[in-house]
Amino acid sequence: MSNLLALSGVNTRIGHYHILQGVDFVVPQGGFTMLLGRNGAGKTTCLRTIMGLWKASAGRIDFDGADIAGRSTPAVAQLGIGYVPESMGIFAGLTVRENLTLAARDGPIDEKRLDWMFGLFPALKKFWHLPAGHLSGGQKQMLAIARAMIEPRKLLLVDEPTKGLAPAIIAHMVEAFRELKRTDTTILLVEQNFNFARSLGDTVAVMDSGRIVHSGNMGELAGNEALQYRLLGLSLDAHQ
Amino acid sequence: MSPEKDELPGAVLDKSPLALIPVIALVALPLIPSLPTWVTLTVAGLAMGMMIFIMASGLTLVFGLMDVMNFAHGAFITIGAFVATSVLLPLAGWTRADSLWMNLAAMLLAVLAAMAVTGAIGLAFERVIIKPVYGQHLKQILITMGGLIVAEQLILAIWGPDMIALPKPVTLRGSFIFGDIVIEKYRVLAVLVGLAVFAAMFLVLNRTRVGLLIRAGVEDSEMVESLGYRIRRVFIGVFAAGSALAGLGGVMWALYQETVTSAMGMHVMILIFIVIIIGGLGSVGGCFIGSLLVGLMANYVGFLAPKIALGSNILLMVLILLWRPQGLYPVAKR
Repeated sequence: MSNLLALSGVNTRIGHYHILQGVDFVVPQGGFTMLLGRNGAGKTTCLRTIMGLWKASAGRIDFDGADIAGRSTPAVAQLGIGYVPESMGIFAGLTVRENLTLAARDGPIDEKRLDWMFGLFPALKKFWHLPAGHLSGGQKQMLAIARAMIEPRKLLLVDEPTKGLAPAIIAHMVEAFRELKRTDTTILLVEQNFNFARSLGDTVAVMDSGRIVHSGNMGELAGNEALQYRLLGLSLDAHQ
Repeated sequence: MSPEKDELPGAVLDKSPLALIPVIALVALPLIPSLPTWVTLTVAGLAMGMMIFIMASGLTLVFGLMDVMNFAHGAFITIGAFVATSVLLPLAGWTRADSLWMNLAAMLLAVLAAMAVTGAIGLAFERVIIKPVYGQHLKQILITMGGLIVAEQLILAIWGPDMIALPKPVTLRGSFIFGDIVIEKYRVLAVLVGLAVFAAMFLVLNRTRVGLLIRAGVEDSEMVESLGYRIRRVFIGVFAAGSALAGLGGVMWALYQETVTSAMGMHVMILIFIVIIIGGLGSVGGCFIGSLLVGLMANYVGFLAPKIALGSNILLMVLILLWRPQGLYPVAKR
């Protein structure tokens, strides 16, 4: 499987802080890569650096054969990268329809794709004309994900989609991501919920203190509790 | 298939701020000695409010979208007024003619010239003065205050220090009289222009893709960029349009007062700041309601107790902020 995205030696500084300290990992084409790590490990910074929201001070970010480090955020997005930030970034004053219309950069929303999206997230159809600020937390997250993929994207960057959501909503989210997986969408997903990550991930990279400390198959990490404990400081039993 | 509109719950307009306008008018009614005077003051207040809205709408959009508090906005108002003076005075033959169309044509030329000049200056101002201080509020305040002072001095150098008289075109002088009710013709024009500007802004913001981008950008410009849009280009366009609207407001205000001075923009900025704070920073709808409230309040209190006219608007702002700390229509991110 070829790599759609590859980071090598990526450094990011925010003010006086040196957050990413030589990050190296790859995202294979067509798979789900989970980026795990404790709070403050640098996962969000990593996604923001890929998107060009923070500039890498050193290193390469190769996407689809081109180095995109240093490119502006709109230029990165126009290459076919969708982004769902941790805050979800929905436009609360805009309706669900307007949020999705804005995301459809290339023209009117494709009706078939919209139908497919409604199949994944029925609440979006129900609240089509409602300002997004009136949606529940789970519905907002669904809108944020739908917005990132309302047009086909080569890569989706998703930052902690389960944060603060009820278990039933998370289960629904897992189903939606499984459906996405069937479309061969490539996703890099930052997650704290290991069960969620384990149920979806093909490959995994674990960050600590601004560096990648482990990368490989998700199956390997999921089957090795001692490794999980060492890398993530968790016991899966305690997480269930 | 897109969902049918009638099957679905929709947004509910928050009507309570709208109710403030009739509430203020009705509270003033028993305090004003006669009904015709009340009607005259109400129309005058609405006209004043419309002119304030024209001047303030650009500033609130610039603040909402770009997070820039532009204290030099008043300079664009003044420049608009002076450019209009330079157009209208040589066209005295048109403005003194007893023909509505010739009068309006002269005004239209003055408005177009004022908007073109202030729009172009706004564009240059954003590129040279504002761009280096994005995200740095203290520097923005200092540098735009500096810009205001420099602009005033340049106006003094170009047009001189004397107050310039700018009489209204002949057919816009005088009043419509309905029994005991007297309504100045120019105020009717101001209301119509204000409504036209509001309608145009409403349509652009709610019916076009650029408007959608502006509304989204006001909430979260970083996310708009993450969707692949170069929001900074929209910033520049909005700044230029906001400056041009200030120029239009300057023309309307100058003809309303029939005098032009280099400090006129700075004086009206107090009312403009009150309006955009009352309305909710970045909200065009809030700015519209806030302008009408301020216009009505200024006229009613100006009639009843002239010495506290400005203070009454500050009191109005305080009361509204106690009720809604983020203004009448808070923008989602703020």
